[in-house]
Amino acid sequence: MELNLNGKTEQIQDVQTVADLIGHFDLAVTQVAVELNEELVPRAKFAESILNEGDTVEIVTFVGGG
Amino acid sequence: MPDSAAHSCASDLSRYSRQILFKGIGESGQRNLLAARVTLVGCGALGTVLANTLVRAGIGHIRICDRDFIERDNLQRQILFDEDDIAQHIPKAEAAAAKLRRINPDVTVESVVTDVNHKNIERLADGADLLLDGTDNFETRFLINDLAIKTNRPWVYGAVIGATGLCMTILPGETPCLRCVFETIPPPELNPTCDTAGVLGSAVNIVASIQAIETIKILSGHREAVNRNLINIDAWNARVTNLNVASARETADCPCCKHDTFEYLDGKLGSSATTLCGRNAVQINISTEATIDFARVAKKLEAVASAVKFNKFLLRVNVDDHEITLFPDGRAIVKGTSDEEVARSLYARYIGS
Repeated sequence: MELNLNGKTEQIQDVQTVADLIGHFDLAVTQVAVELNEELVPRAKFAESILNEGDTVEIVTFVGGG
Repeated sequence: MPDSAAHSCASDLSRYSRQILFKGIGESGQRNLLAARVTLVGCGALGTVLANTLVRAGIGHIRICDRDFIERDNLQRQILFDEDDIAQHIPKAEAAAAKLRRINPDVTVESVVTDVNHKNIERLADGADLLLDGTDNFETRFLINDLAIKTNRPWVYGAVIGATGLCMTILPGETPCLRCVFETIPPPELNPTCDTAGVLGSAVNIVASIQAIETIKILSGHREAVNRNLINIDAWNARVTNLNVASARETADCPCCKHDTFEYLDGKLGSSATTLCGRNAVQINISTEATIDFARVAKKLEAVASAVKFNKFLLRVNVDDHEITLFPDGRAIVKGTSDEEVARSLYARYIGS
């Protein structure tokens, strides 16, 4: 599937939902905030948020350094 | 030159003329800034840039809290420190305050050398109009978040690792809080720190400068101008994105905003340290339900520590002349010090908390 992911066009295989995408990058659900087509996805709805060809996704990882 | 001649009068605004000319602030905004008080938690990379910017901008009173001393590998990004401070073993809060008082004597700069925790944060934040995040760990940020929500005071989250960073301004009752957006602390294996993954000073400067601007908006009386998004900064690629997180206030099951519980401030979550008598060691206790993945923690530490060893019972690593033994439940024993603040700092920097 082709996604516009954090500003870059990426081909990502075998992902159907936002939760799949988080898993694909080896991230934990609790450490990210995700926007799908410019709408924030509630964490409780990651598994039911279906990705479609050409979707724009922003994944923001929780940062603790400083 | 006598002190009285060297110091400008607080009512003389000429020092701030270029800032007053900026229509977003103006003279009334400047007077508001001069009357404002902030508590800065943490005076490392973010904290020195924040303090430097705000003291030059004429914030009235800043209380700087930090637990650490300065090391050589801090100088690449911690802009208020120099070689002399290291040679004289001056704590970060003290060294920063001394520099800042020379930069702008109009500002009252207070320094407190301490580990900010649930027992002392209310006192350290006493009188502050706003709380500022210059910390290096998740736990203290959730502690600040708890206090800010409970006492209805704004705080400005900022964090950075490598060349990426985040900034978010929390206006209690108006915007989502940090736990509405990120509910829990990531486990250590998913949690790079500046001491394991590195950090660029230039990225720190961008994040802290955005934090400082949001702080100045609030304290100068321009709350309406505050950026209410989660701001994501990729300094390496000069890419800044704004996530509209407003809906998280409604959709998240936030312990602070929805349930009025303050687990970090109440000491129910977070870490505590205990000196192990006669062993030159400190035990760090962390409340976590997860089991730590040692293989991934070891991989994270590979680049910065020699001889990382682990089995299914414990992981052991030597850093900065100390030995850290980590257990699967997050508990650790830091050998080579009996100072709880040193141990907590090492844990935050290398394991992550």
